[in-house]
Amino acid sequence: MFLINCPYCGERDQSEFSCGGEAHIVRPKQPTELSDNQWAEYLFMRKNIKGVQFERWNHAHGCRKWFNMVRDTSNDKIHAVYKMGEKPPVE
Amino acid sequence: MKNKYSIFSLIKNAFSQHENWKQAWGDPEPKREYEAIIIGGGGHGLAKAYYLAKKHNMRNIAVLEKGWIGGGNTGRNTTIIRSNYLWDASAGLYDHALKIWENLSQELNYNIMFSQRGVMNLAHNLQDVRDLKRRTHANRLNGIDAVWLNTNQVKEFCPIINTSPDIRYPILGGTLQRRAGTARHDAVAWGYARGADEMGVDIIQNCEVKGIKRNGDQVEGVETSKGFIKTKKIGVVAAGHSSVIANMAGLKLPLESKPLQALVSEPVKPIIDTVVMSNAVHAYVSQSDKGELVIGAGTDAYISYTQRGSHDVVEGTLKAILELYPIFSRMKMLRQWGGIVDICPDASPIISKTNIKGLYFNCGWGTGGFKATPGSGDLFAHTIANDEPHKLNAAFNLNRFVSGDLVDEHGAAAVAH
Repeated sequence: MFLINCPYCGERDQSEFSCGGEAHIVRPKQPTELSDNQWAEYLFMRKNIKGVQFERWNHAHGCRKWFNMVRDTSNDKIHAVYKMGEKPPVE
Repeated sequence: MKNKYSIFSLIKNAFSQHENWKQAWGDPEPKREYEAIIIGGGGHGLAKAYYLAKKHNMRNIAVLEKGWIGGGNTGRNTTIIRSNYLWDASAGLYDHALKIWENLSQELNYNIMFSQRGVMNLAHNLQDVRDLKRRTHANRLNGIDAVWLNTNQVKEFCPIINTSPDIRYPILGGTLQRRAGTARHDAVAWGYARGADEMGVDIIQNCEVKGIKRNGDQVEGVETSKGFIKTKKIGVVAAGHSSVIANMAGLKLPLESKPLQALVSEPVKPIIDTVVMSNAVHAYVSQSDKGELVIGAGTDAYISYTQRGSHDVVEGTLKAILELYPIFSRMKMLRQWGGIVDICPDASPIISKTNIKGLYFNCGWGTGGFKATPGSGDLFAHTIANDEPHKLNAAFNLNRFVSGDLVDEHGAAAVAH
């Protein structure tokens, strides 16, 4: 449990948000040409990092907007929050 | 058996003030090479070591544990054992485990305090009723005992439940598996450790794996905090940290690791002699032999390795518990903790070979791995020894995420995952 600084609403309790998992997984440009292995990679395989991870969050009980977050999963510390479409910060 | 535990050994040791009990397992330094290495000294890992030695005669093996044995999810779960899963593959897997549980204390000569007190799953709406009845039928077709109870029978089986039709989630009935129950989780790890140690397995604690050495697509050994250890076969049973180990081998798994919480109350006199679970309100409760209520909460909805979990999750669970059992309203909670569970997209485990030769994974047990401990150990040992899955774990391969042949127990299982 932690506080999240929504880029649109400011600091709110984490329970107002829902996590959309790993960020920057690009939807395949030509889905019809994908092999089963590539589909598995896109749909199911995750980095599941212990440490600094990029992820998507939604302010579900607030502005309902999606944004990205850089969080350390080993201690739940948030390093950065940035809007969709913005470039991820480089450490 | 060298040190058989019995009423006679108990009496004999009583005369020496219980000061002469022999250590149940050793504390060896790692050898330079093993036939196989198991990463993770929880119940599953130790069970696997035990069955590799016992059934497949692989004695030159080691279990590497970064902390102390049974200190991870084995010591953090709510100790519930059941096999009332919907799909055939899961029913086969979990009932295989349940059958081993039934004789495990005798087999290990170690009292794991297996108690078949029954597990009851509640239905709170018409869809629950349909789903649970369907599951009951599926269970019985698979030879698993299951019965449907109406509201009155639920009340009769567990009188402290509030069956008033006026509550937020009224009880419309439930299912009961009488062979299900609980066991003492620490004893499971200790019993398997003692059994494995006796057959020559090295149990190495405080030994963290730092890397996996590969030569092309064959594993060559593990880099650990106690130096490099050579081996041709590695079985990873690292629960929440499976992805971390997979990354060391350059492998990605379909897992997300999340904190799952549990809590216990102050001890009280016996009040609930079964296990009651509720899917819809996600709360389950049983009573330990010490008298504590053991309450399981849900997972946090984000990846975290913190072994803590959020307060609002516990709050939600306790709200549900209080509505179902108003009698608990003035009880105090003593302890709360979290464990990191690795969840698969289909909420079923992975007991599988990988595309790297000699590297095997037993993971993805998510929120319900304890119940499978003996079966998982047995089947994973078979998979490693023969380089081929047993027919009971064939469906739980890693390739199902490519083929699409998932074992979708999400929501189909007796409690939401």
